[in-house]
This record gives sequence, structure tokens and C-alpha cells, in this order.
Amino acid sequence: MTALRVRSVAALRCAALAALALAGLLLLAVAVLVLAGPLGGISYATGDHHANTQLVLAGSLAGPALLGPPVLLAVLTGMRQLSNVNRVLAGEWLGRPTADPYRPRPAGIGLYRRLGLAITDPATWRDLAWIITSGTAGLLLLLVAVVPFAVGLFSLLRIFTGLPGLLAWDGPLTQYVATAAVIAIALGVAPAVLRWYGFAAHAMLSPSGTAVLTRRIQHLAQTRAETLDTSAAEIRRIERDLHDGAQARLVAMGMALDAAGQLIDEKPDAARALLIEARDNSAKALKELRELVRGIHPPVLADRGLTEAIKALALDTPLRIHVTSELPAGRPPAPVESAAYFAVSELLANVSKHAQAAQTWIDLRYDDNLLKMTVTDDGRGGASPAEGTGLAGLERRLAAFDGVVAISSPPGGPTVVNLEIPCELR
Amino acid sequence: MRVAIAEDLFLLRDGLSRMLEAHGFSVTAAVDNGDDLLAAVAADRPDIAIVDVRLPPTFTDEGLRAAIAARKLVPGLPVLVLSQYVEQLYARELLAGRSGGVGYLLKDRVFDSAQFTDAVRRVAAGGTAMDPEVIARLLARNSGDGTLAALSPREREVLTLMAEGRSNAAIAQRMVITERAVAKHTASIFIKLDLQPSDDDNRRVLAVLAYLGT
Repeated sequence: MTALRVRSVAALRCAALAALALAGLLLLAVAVLVLAGPLGGISYATGDHHANTQLVLAGSLAGPALLGPPVLLAVLTGMRQLSNVNRVLAGEWLGRPTADPYRPRPAGIGLYRRLGLAITDPATWRDLAWIITSGTAGLLLLLVAVVPFAVGLFSLLRIFTGLPGLLAWDGPLTQYVATAAVIAIALGVAPAVLRWYGFAAHAMLSPSGTAVLTRRIQHLAQTRAETLDTSAAEIRRIERDLHDGAQARLVAMGMALDAAGQLIDEKPDAARALLIEARDNSAKALKELRELVRGIHPPVLADRGLTEAIKALALDTPLRIHVTSELPAGRPPAPVESAAYFAVSELLANVSKHAQAAQTWIDLRYDDNLLKMTVTDDGRGGASPAEGTGLAGLERRLAAFDGVVAISSPPGGPTVVNLEIPCELR
Repeated sequence: MRVAIAEDLFLLRDGLSRMLEAHGFSVTAAVDNGDDLLAAVAADRPDIAIVDVRLPPTFTDEGLRAAIAARKLVPGLPVLVLSQYVEQLYARELLAGRSGGVGYLLKDRVFDSAQFTDAVRRVAAGGTAMDPEVIARLLARNSGDGTLAALSPREREVLTLMAEGRSNAAIAQRMVITERAVAKHTASIFIKLDLQPSDDDNRRVLAVLAYLGT
């Protein structure tokens, strides 16, 4: 029964795809008419009305010239929508998810810029190729399944309603056998037809190699610039902390020790006070250096790796945190590990500051070459990168590793933040 | 009192040895790695081992693991672990045996030699010495706990000092109150936290640390 249902669904999907292919052809026809308008005008003008040639030519060119661009843009947009529907269907029905190949379109630009961008985008021409192919060879392929299916359904309708139809086979028995046969053919070929069509759609609608590389380069250039900015700011902060903290204390210590050396014979009590001051300053300098190191690279992370470091972090955060980890034995590369640690640390800081949560859960796992971390809290929700709670910065920093952040935080909670960073374990 | 030291930095190892000897300890071994510590502990049976967390060859938590291994090798061997930083996670691992004779202090604490040698003696005698920073963080983590909030400020102070491993006498001296007053505070704390009272200083410390979730 299940097989029968799957095959019927495949046949219906073939029919839907055939309808889409036809819609594509129709759209193309509109485009051709709009563009061919001026040419038709010229032949008409030169053929019959010699006297008015100039006028008619001007008129027939002016009309489409005014109408042409908006219509053309509408056609191109329609083509995109149609191709996108095909992309979605290739993913949903055929298990071949197909990425959007278009170049980015800046918002708020004029009609002609938009048209120019659309025409120069190679993906547009690939869409056109797809519409032509799917409307011809593709449609023929689909009809192999759709025609017998339609014939069979019609025939069934006739049997049940007794109405005279297009198809009349001699005698009831022949009719039953013939109906069963065409439906069997349709259901038999539908899955294969759908698969082949899916292959073709995926091949033609996926971003081209160049488009993929172009996009990759844009992404890398952007994330590299952001990473450089972030690390430069980080280095400035460390420099400032050292300058105002440990360095200043060491200077004070040196001065106190020098003064103590001069006073030690004449005023031993004053010298002792200075020595104690110097000792206290050294303790404070150490404390500041410890804090600084913790912010650069937490010792437990260096000692024990991500799971233990996050457990240590959970212990140090005044929240009820449950850590589960299914990370396998290896360790991610050090920069990824560090980015992952600080991302979780920042999320926990956000939870303490904003969420009013009673409990927080951290889950770490690794599959499909992805380091996956989930931080969930039962707080009041409503977290969003737009609110400047550092979530946007988090996204930017993980982007340098091709990592992604997904946030679900409806008002009233719970908040679930998923982090994924692709990496190899060593 | 006989002490074995494992510390990889020569300056610190040397300074520590000299300071301990100046305070009447005898240093049986001063080594720079975990394996040598285990050998020295097995051979000399010192009264206490003082170990730096970071030791070669990995310079991660080698010293912590060496300290735990040494306690397995010589059951009941008191160990005092020193580190540039303290982690609740490591304190928890050291205290896992619930047997006392454990110390975990920041290296900064050697600046105050009187306090430091006091801690060494306490651990060698089977007591506990937890760094104030560890205790501060434990208390911060438990700050959401309603029971802790029910303690008076004085009781909180006593609890902190007790968790660091100090005896009633030491707490009294530190807070400039009588030992009787400390005993009263302690009794009140144990009732509020619903802990089994005990006259033994060390058992009390361990109970408090367990309550705080080490």
C-alpha cells in the first residue's frame, strides 16, 4: 500500500512539475512578445505605410522602450520565483537541496540598476536555460509519466460515472484491463521520471562553480576584515590592561623597594611598611595578570580541553547549569576550541544578565564534522541579535570559522541558542 | 617535618625550599617533574608533598595528576597543590576522596610565609587548606541558595574561614573573638545548613565543603 501511495504521489508531483514547466514557457512567451514588439512594428511600418514610416517606427519603438524595462524586470523576477520554486521542490520532493545562486541584490536601487544587475547575473541566464530545457526535453520526460496517468484517471472517471468521455475502449473488460494497464505504466515510471528530472533541475539550478567561489571570496574577505578588527581591538585592550595594571604595580613596587633600601638603617619601621606595601602590590599584580590570562586563554581549556573548560566555567557562573557532552576523544583546532569556549561564556553571561533563568543546559556534541553546542535556558526569552546583547558580535566572530548561530527566543522563553562550527578533531 | 617539592621553575623551587627550611622544615626532595615526585615519595615517605599544577612534559595539569597518583601510591599522603590560578573543578577532584590531608592554594600565598607554613602544617596533620579564592567562588555559586542567605554576616565569615580549612582557634584569632563565640556560630551554621555537628575540626571542614558542592 505504501509503495502504491509513494508512486501515486510521484505521479502527481510529475504533473505539478509539468505545470511549472508550462508556466515557464508561458513566461518566456510573454518576454519574447514584449521584446519582439519593436521588430514587429518596424516590419509593419516599412511594409505598408510608406508616408508614415518614420512616425510609426518612432511610436512602435517608444511604446516598448517605455513599457519594456518594467515588463522585462517583472518577467525576470517571475523567472527567478519560478526557478526558486523548482529549487525548493528539488530539495523537498527529490532530496536534492539546491542553493540560491544569485548575486546579492542591494536594497533601494532604481529600476535600471536592478534590471542591469539581473541581466548581468550569470544565474539569470542559467535560469533561462533551465526554463527552455524544462519546457522542452523536461516536459517530454514528465509527460511519459503524466500522460498515462491522466488517461488512466479519465478512464476511471468514465467507469464510475458512466459519462461518455474522450476515451472509449471496446467492452467493459477491455476497458478495465486497459485502465489498469495505463495506470500501472504511469505509476511504474513516475519515480524514475521524477528522479531524472530532479538530477537535471539540481544540475542546472545549482550555483555555478564560479558563483560559489565568488560568494566564498566575498564571505572570506568580509570575515577576515572583521576578524582583524576584533583581534586588533583585543590586543589594544590587553596592552591597556597591562599598562594600567601589572606594569604600573611593578613600577610602584620598584620604587617602594628602593625607598625601603634607603630607610632600612635609619627608619626600620617605615622601611617595613614599604616592604609590606610592595608585597601587597605584587599580589595585586599577580591577581590582575591572572584575570587577564583567563580572558585570553583560560588555563583549564589549555589543560583539559573544551568539555572540562565548560564544566569549570559552569561551576564559576552563579547559575544552575547542567552540562552534557558527547564530544569524542579528539580535540578541535585550538582557535576553534577557544572561539567555542568564549561563545558559550558570552551566552552564559547573557543568561545571567538578561534571562532571569532558573536553570540552564549546555549540550556539546560532534557529528558530520560539526562541533555543535546548544545553550538553553528557561528564562524570559525575547533575546535577539538586533538588541545589541552581543549576539550579533558572536555571530560575526563565529563567521570567521564558517560557524553559524541560530537563536530561538520567543517572549516568555525558553531561549535556545544553537552554535555550529565546522572542524576536524585531532 | 619532612617535605617533598615538585616545581619546574628553578627560582620558585629554590625559594620554596629555602623558605621552608628557614621555618624548620626539612626538604627531602625538590624535583621538577611528576615521575621524579612519585619516585621520591615512594623512597622517602615525606610528611607532605607540595606540587605545582603545571609540570613538564605537558605543562597542563600534570602536577595535579601526579599529586592524585602520589596519594594512590602512598595512601593518606598529604598533598598541597600550588597553582598560578585556582579552579573549582580541580578543588573538587582533589577533595573527591573526602579524606582530608589536601591543600589547594594560589602561588601568591607563599608571599606570607607565616600563613603559608601554617597551611603546610595543617595539611600535613590531615587537615585541609583551600584557597580563599576557591571558597569565594564556591560561595558566589551558592549565593542563589536560600539557606546560605539565612546566615548572618558573622556566620558567613565563620563559614568562609572554616571552608578554607581553619580550626576554631585560628578562626577566633582571625576574627578577634573568643573560641566560645566561634563554637556558637559554628553550631548555628550547622543547624541552619542541616549538617551533622561534629567536634572534629577536620570533619567539619569536609562537611562544609561537601555542602558547598565541591
